[in-house]
Amino acid sequence: MLVYLIRRIAQAMLVIAVMATLVFFAVYAIGNPIDVLASPQADQIELAAISQRLGLDRPLWEQFGIFVGNALRGDLGTSFVYAEPAAKLILQRLPATFELAFTALAIAVFLGIPLGVYAGLNPDSLGGRAVMGGSILGFSLPNFWQGLMLILVFAVILGWLPAGGRGQTATFLGIESALFTLDGLKHLILPALNLALFKMALVIRLARAGTREVALQDYVRFARAKGLSRSRIVGVHILKNILIPVVTILGLELGSMIAFAVVTETVFSYPGMGKLLIDSIGRLDRPIVVAYLMLTVVIFVVINLVVDIIYAAIDPRVRLSEVKG
Amino acid sequence: MKRTLTVAALMVPALFAGAAQAQNLRIGLSSEPTSMDPHFHNVGPNNFMRRHIFQGLLTTDETQKIVGELAEAVAPVNETTWEFKLRKGVKFSDGSDFTATDVVYSLCRVPKVEGSPSSFTVFTRGIEKIETPDPHTIRFVTASPNPLLPNNMTTIGILSSKKFGGQNVKYNPAGCENLGDLPKSTDFNDPTKAIGTGPYVLTEYTRGSQIVLTRNPNYQGQKAPWERVTWRPITSAGPRVAALLAGDVDLIENPQIEDLPRIKQAGFKTAQQLSNRIIYVHLDTHAAADWKTPGIKGTDKNPLLDKRVREALSKAINRQAIAERIMGGVAQPAGDLLPWPLFGTSKDTKPTAFDPDGAKKLLTEAGYPNGFEITLGTPNDRYINDGKISEAIAQMWTRIGVKTNVDAMTASTFFTRRNKFEFSAYLAGWGADSGELGNSLNALVATPDAKTGAGHTNRGRYTNKDVDAALIEALRTIDDKKREGLLQKASKTAMDDVALIPLHFEITTWAFKKDLDYKARVDQYTIATDITPAK
Repeated sequence: MLVYLIRRIAQAMLVIAVMATLVFFAVYAIGNPIDVLASPQADQIELAAISQRLGLDRPLWEQFGIFVGNALRGDLGTSFVYAEPAAKLILQRLPATFELAFTALAIAVFLGIPLGVYAGLNPDSLGGRAVMGGSILGFSLPNFWQGLMLILVFAVILGWLPAGGRGQTATFLGIESALFTLDGLKHLILPALNLALFKMALVIRLARAGTREVALQDYVRFARAKGLSRSRIVGVHILKNILIPVVTILGLELGSMIAFAVVTETVFSYPGMGKLLIDSIGRLDRPIVVAYLMLTVVIFVVINLVVDIIYAAIDPRVRLSEVKG
Repeated sequence: MKRTLTVAALMVPALFAGAAQAQNLRIGLSSEPTSMDPHFHNVGPNNFMRRHIFQGLLTTDETQKIVGELAEAVAPVNETTWEFKLRKGVKFSDGSDFTATDVVYSLCRVPKVEGSPSSFTVFTRGIEKIETPDPHTIRFVTASPNPLLPNNMTTIGILSSKKFGGQNVKYNPAGCENLGDLPKSTDFNDPTKAIGTGPYVLTEYTRGSQIVLTRNPNYQGQKAPWERVTWRPITSAGPRVAALLAGDVDLIENPQIEDLPRIKQAGFKTAQQLSNRIIYVHLDTHAAADWKTPGIKGTDKNPLLDKRVREALSKAINRQAIAERIMGGVAQPAGDLLPWPLFGTSKDTKPTAFDPDGAKKLLTEAGYPNGFEITLGTPNDRYINDGKISEAIAQMWTRIGVKTNVDAMTASTFFTRRNKFEFSAYLAGWGADSGELGNSLNALVATPDAKTGAGHTNRGRYTNKDVDAALIEALRTIDDKKREGLLQKASKTAMDDVALIPLHFEITTWAFKKDLDYKARVDQYTIATDITPAK
């Protein structure tokens, strides 16, 4: 397990280095930040001064060298737009994104799996078909459109929930989050639902397919013949066996929900990391974009690692092969 | 020559009834200020947020007329000296007195802002000496006559020198002395350090989420109409309108044109105002021997060097149709760089009339009976409907025989490519922050000169000695009447020569609840003290 872990971490470092290099040069290729940042009123003298202040007057290779040198010392650069450390700006946004992603994950799991299992057990019933039909809508309609429709229905027409923004936050166990206030939760429901819809549709489909397959297995028939209650058969024997693909997919999707909730965060003006990323790309704020994508790689690597560990917990065969290997 | 300013115009926001319920105001911003530091980033959202907390010596009213703020009178003493009389009894929000030293300190800090992505030094440059004969008089001595010094002073927010230990500051154009403990930009995000003389104080600044201002208890002027103002950045247009309709916010900036009927139908009001932003097409008229303009095919020469061709391209455009159909009425066809009656404009300047036959005739005269091919560069997410406008122009030009391709791209790419002279023709916009024509002419049509900063946004590299001469003279003439005449002359010369093709002035829209009123502004700023309960 230790060797495996070390190999994993080494791989991750390599990915981060390659990623940082590519992104650094790619953002440079898009355009010159000064042309976006400077006030139109700035004349040539002022433009030269800005270049100098932000270190953009140096040759690209020198800029890259400075960036690498600082990064090795743990400094990911200072935002051009905010004149604050990029890492700090991103981490400030982390709680908002995490509360959104985990709420969405919870919705996807706790609604998606039961609905999928139900549809798998009753494939020909009206309810089962309705669930499947709904799931098609879930992942074929564009995310931003779903978001706008949610706003239109629940905020504008019904007036039940706010149309966007993050609500009040409170601190609990040292974590500041909107999850701990009523106002915060009210603001969270719509964006979390919007973010969850696609994942939920995916979970429903996986759970349904898994259930249909597993329900025909010998051990299920045997369990039924043995006279086990239906709830025990479904809740233990079937559920446990359909979880492996669901966990794999959710692990990957959680990563993308954290890192790229850009559309949802934009539609609902939710001040998470994705919103910061998209704003920074628009302004060519290179330090933030580079630091952000480096952080994303770290998040993906960690999640994959956690997924592997959960596998081992769910499926004894994985544990056995690890011991042997 | 004495210019006396009407302090009253600024100090009296419309009287309002029912003060009891007028306590909270929530505003949906279309773009977020990048900092609370008044000297950090010279862009619109920062500038108008600044005005609530940090006042300037002077300010501008909704028509961009200069009015007094911390200064009650300003007059030139001689060609190179301006004297400001400061208001007495003004206090900062921490209770300390405002004096001339605070002004010196603020001007000294402007060039010292670390990591500023666009600083205010363009407005403070060229001040040789600052004299403060008494605590309520301040004189600026400039290297050369600077008629725009009062305009420049509207842009600089005044800090408290005592707050940062700078009460013994000494001005020096090369770098001031005794600055004390200069604040960093991020310090101002902390409400205890953002100390100004404005009607509001900062209460909360959560980047990306909200900015909360509350009434300044030490403010001496007319009490601000709202106890608490919450600004929420909602940068996408659709969700911003939804937030208004859902009642999350009371007023929004820049609703999309397409949404206006819906907003009105749902019982909300709008306020509109012609802005100082011109949308124009610039043409490459660079005549250097080693330069080949990049976007023209079908001829070896650069046809744009011929005035007849430029005039033909201007006549081919149906400005009225663009304003009505593409802009949905939120634009006014333009014949000058600023709308009348802003300083330097002439009442009788008319937009070039739509005349495709005349355009074709001019092209033939110029030796291009079969036209040529040109690429029009344009941003597609910067100005109202910019991409669509360029498509329309391409069709109109193609109709007179100039086959036009549109190269549309996102703003960050567009401005980089434009600044590298990659377009033979491009569409862009210009907002004259100073509200007078000298600013537009100097930026867009003056011959580019890196030393003086002239023509800094003249990326078509248009050059004309007569325009330059009149403009340079205007920019050093203190007398308003004379200067206005010179600007009118420079502008007429440039427009007659089709230095660029003006299209239209954008109209800015605000939408809000029906129990509010807003004095819509030329400079596109959203100012909370101008939002009042409807009478």
